[in-house]
Amino acid sequence: MSLYYVQKFLYELNRDPKVQESYRQDPEVAYQGFDLTDEEKRALTEPDIGLLFVFGVNGQILMHFAAFHQVDWQDYLQKMRDGVDEHGEVRDGVYKVTGYEGVEAHASALGQESNIGEE
Amino acid sequence: MPLVFAGVASHAPGITGRADQADPVVRDEFYANYDKMRQELEATRPDAIFVIGAEHFANFFMNNMPAFAVGMADSYEGPIEDPEWLGIEAVTVPGNADLSKRMISEIMKTVDISYAEEWKFDHGIIVPLHFLTPRYDLTVIPANINCQGPPLAPLSRAWEFGRAIRRAADSVPERIAIIGTGGLSHWPATPDSGKINEPWDREFMDRWLRNDKEGLLSYTDRQAYIDAGQGAGEIRTYVAVAGATEGSTGDLLFYAPIPIFSVGCTLATMKVA
Repeated sequence: MSLYYVQKFLYELNRDPKVQESYRQDPEVAYQGFDLTDEEKRALTEPDIGLLFVFGVNGQILMHFAAFHQVDWQDYLQKMRDGVDEHGEVRDGVYKVTGYEGVEAHASALGQESNIGEE
Repeated sequence: MPLVFAGVASHAPGITGRADQADPVVRDEFYANYDKMRQELEATRPDAIFVIGAEHFANFFMNNMPAFAVGMADSYEGPIEDPEWLGIEAVTVPGNADLSKRMISEIMKTVDISYAEEWKFDHGIIVPLHFLTPRYDLTVIPANINCQGPPLAPLSRAWEFGRAIRRAADSVPERIAIIGTGGLSHWPATPDSGKINEPWDREFMDRWLRNDKEGLLSYTDRQAYIDAGQGAGEIRTYVAVAGATEGSTGDLLFYAPIPIFSVGCTLATMKVA
């Protein structure tokens, strides 16, 4: 796991058109200089938004990557929910601070109804 | 000149980017109050607006993350986001490197901050400017508090940052307005996006409006995270404005949860006289 470098790559991609072009042309070339595992490279290349969230990528970085891939907002949110269902709890990063057990359990802990449908 | 204006405002990207998906009644009331805030701001004839934002990896990353940073350039560009996604066109916003330098020098007497001669605005600053300076003709001094990449500066230091900003604003001949942007409870850009803890927000704003220092500084990061999401780290910007207006009281212009905007939309001012 190298969440730091996954996030750093996305940070560079989000703000630098040259990195975006390199990523479009040949992702493996774009990843040079970033210490990434094969699983992380696959998630970035596919892209697997749900798995990137489970890695622990901050949403403030991930949402721009999703927009870059023309993933609309509701689909972006659903991909993260599906990622947790498929791959389990968030493994690292800021969302692991208190654990992340999914939308319904989280709403229950706050004494709320889940409001996913309201969005 | 003494500080001429102080306020806080929400900055969530959905406020502009997902405007068409919100309940139009509450949305338009929110926008109307943002415009009322603009009028109040303009009535104070500011020479510059000092915007304390919660930057989200537009300029700084965890390889070198400042707890507090202030921009020092003659102009700034934004938004870093796709203009269509954010609903705000790409603009160049006027800055004033000399004014920044004088204020930074004063702030540094009591708070160790970073300065940045390059700064790209993200939604944290450009969304409030979109409403408060819609012609982008008012000089902006951007500031940032790290609210996303722990460890975060303690709330007591955000308060001191605010006090230092006030001293700096009062020390320059220009008429300075300050605005804190962000929060309150929210889980932005996560599977819980849209969740809002309204009682938590209202309790926080009650403390803020009374400028209750002890109450504001009593939040812990862990409990705030549990109750109000990782977005609650952004209360630092509100705490800084409260520090800048220590001993005053505030007026709530607007509060309403708007789930599609992912936040309880908040607008408030603090008396500065």
